[in-house]
Amino acid sequence: MTKYRHTIRHTTYKFQDLKTLLGMASPYRSGDELAGVCAGSYEERVAAQITLADVPLKTFLNEVVIPYEEDEITRLIIDSHDAVSFNQISHLTVGEFRDWLLSDETDTETLTAIAPGLTPEMVAAVSKLMRNQDLIAVAKKCEVVTRFRNTIGLKGHFSTRLQPNHPTDDPKGVAASIIDGLLYGSGDATIGINPATDSPAAVSSLLRLMDNIRHQFNIPTQTCVLSHITTTLQLINEGAPVDLCFQSIAGTQKANTSFGINLNLIEEAYLATLSLNRGTVGNNVMYFETGQGSALSANANFGVDQQTCEVRAYAVARKFKPLLVNTVVGFIGPEYLYDGKQIIRAALEDHFCGKLLGLPMGCDVCYTNHAEADQDDMDNLLTLLGVAGCNFIMGIPGADDIMLNYQSTSFHDALYLRKVLGLRPAPEFEQWQIKQGIIDEKGNMISIDPTHGLLGAMV
Amino acid sequence: MKRNISQEIEPLKALQEFTSARIAIGRVGTSIPLKQSLDFKLAHAHARDAVYSELDSEHLTAAFKQFDLPVLHLHSQVTARRQYLQRPDMGRKLNEASLTLLEDYFVYTDIAIIIADGLSATAVNENTTGLLKELIPLLSASGFKFAPISLVEQGRVAIGDDIGYNLNAKLSLVLIGERPGLSSADSLGAYLTYNPKPGLTDETRNCVSNIRPKGLTYKKAAKKIFYLISEAFKRKLSGVDLKDNDGLIES
Repeated sequence: MTKYRHTIRHTTYKFQDLKTLLGMASPYRSGDELAGVCAGSYEERVAAQITLADVPLKTFLNEVVIPYEEDEITRLIIDSHDAVSFNQISHLTVGEFRDWLLSDETDTETLTAIAPGLTPEMVAAVSKLMRNQDLIAVAKKCEVVTRFRNTIGLKGHFSTRLQPNHPTDDPKGVAASIIDGLLYGSGDATIGINPATDSPAAVSSLLRLMDNIRHQFNIPTQTCVLSHITTTLQLINEGAPVDLCFQSIAGTQKANTSFGINLNLIEEAYLATLSLNRGTVGNNVMYFETGQGSALSANANFGVDQQTCEVRAYAVARKFKPLLVNTVVGFIGPEYLYDGKQIIRAALEDHFCGKLLGLPMGCDVCYTNHAEADQDDMDNLLTLLGVAGCNFIMGIPGADDIMLNYQSTSFHDALYLRKVLGLRPAPEFEQWQIKQGIIDEKGNMISIDPTHGLLGAMV
Repeated sequence: MKRNISQEIEPLKALQEFTSARIAIGRVGTSIPLKQSLDFKLAHAHARDAVYSELDSEHLTAAFKQFDLPVLHLHSQVTARRQYLQRPDMGRKLNEASLTLLEDYFVYTDIAIIIADGLSATAVNENTTGLLKELIPLLSASGFKFAPISLVEQGRVAIGDDIGYNLNAKLSLVLIGERPGLSSADSLGAYLTYNPKPGLTDETRNCVSNIRPKGLTYKKAAKKIFYLISEAFKRKLSGVDLKDNDGLIES
């Protein structure tokens, strides 16, 4: 008989294992319904949450959601668990852990200290008991700082990835978007292009284009082409100017296999990128992207809910000390996250869970045209993430990505957030902007002079 | 106020010739100027309307008379658009009535043309007749025999597997409305599958995308599809293996 059960009036809800309990306790989203793992009623969902609240955190070290023998991410999670860091919270249940996280005594230092003692499943579990407000309040207490050519994630600072995509990777088209973005103060997290094709020659020319612009204007930032990790590895060996190594990752070994990756391959690429030693103030060289629903869409979720799968991907990210981790929350479509409400909830969960595990979380605040969402929902999410202390968002011309055909956040959106919340760019990048006459000492935008050097870059 | 806006925009304007991205749109304070904001909203409205548009079956059936082929009206298992968006699995399967209807048409043919609304019925309503006018003569001239044309409501690409199989056709050609982007709410996609049968996945198909007057024109799209179909019959396959040899096709 299962130990996971709860009676409400005359109905006893039974949950056969931890995996089932986690799925049933998840706030509703379309992807869990599609997977057939969500609660059948509102009451059953709360019964699952009440049951989950009483589960000791220690249980998560003994009962795994995907078998140890079958999944290298489960092995990574269990084998790399830090019992010493865990000690401070090892006596708590999931519910007690939620209250502990919110208490005034639990500060930034405490949270940083326990991070290695947390497993993704513990963190996913506690998030299911938390309201949006709780997710924001605890994430705000976390501080995850990473460095390459600048410093990202300091409290009071907020960065952007400049995303100058073009449908045919046309160098001039890409460059025009880069210059526009730089003049709006975008690009301190990275200047990162999603290439239209994964051909090494095309990726290499984009890398050189960005490296030239960066050198020409002495910009304290890092560049990245978001090609497959095998392409990046090949280009590193050929001597291309690779700052950051990118890869999309998921939370099960099978899903990662469908991406053409595994832990050994990431390790190889990580070491190769590290060996280039191109960072000036630090050497966090990895850039990972994730998103709820990726495991299910690869038919590789093993009956685990999509949010728990997502947090398991963070175990992969954590191993390689990334500069940036980006949850591309609304890109996957309405069969996984149906509307603005679900997208916002998922993004706050991802940000909270990542931060708690010690990751430099950013978010692609985004949606597709077949989702029930619009730019107002993105404004809401953007503002909530700003309050929560999100490390970075995307900067895309007019929020409209003409290559990937979805909507995200604009250069203007980042400026809005900095203004209403008093946030500043990465310190090194801020100084560069002042020198370039893009902002003044107070951080206000200055009108662009028609003879500005950056405008001359296209000639 | 007005003077400021134009000052902000002008120096950057020159960059616009290099990309259709929304660059050099100026700012009011730190925000997007109203005109640009409304431009964006209008594009999004077109995309949203396209997602909720419906197949104009009557008009399409009338227009297809010129091809001298029977037209079958079919429906997936999806009952409403909201369900369509959340349950792709149900959009890939025919409902009972449609399966029963197909029983009367189980006759060996070469090609089953299947037209489904997908994520933009607008794309289908506006572009299928024009495309077929170019494509059907090319295929007929090569001696290909056609199954009836299927017109499917609330369908996804893979529903062509069910239909092609139940019609006993050697190849299914699905013309379907693609997910609308801000710059195009009327893009039609063509997916061809050799030996269609239930349970196939995307790597067994070839796709020709962005078919619309301002994208890939009907004539060019028809040539591309014709080439792929001819190759599929020659090599008795479709999908990744066929794609590797399509160097002749320019996008």
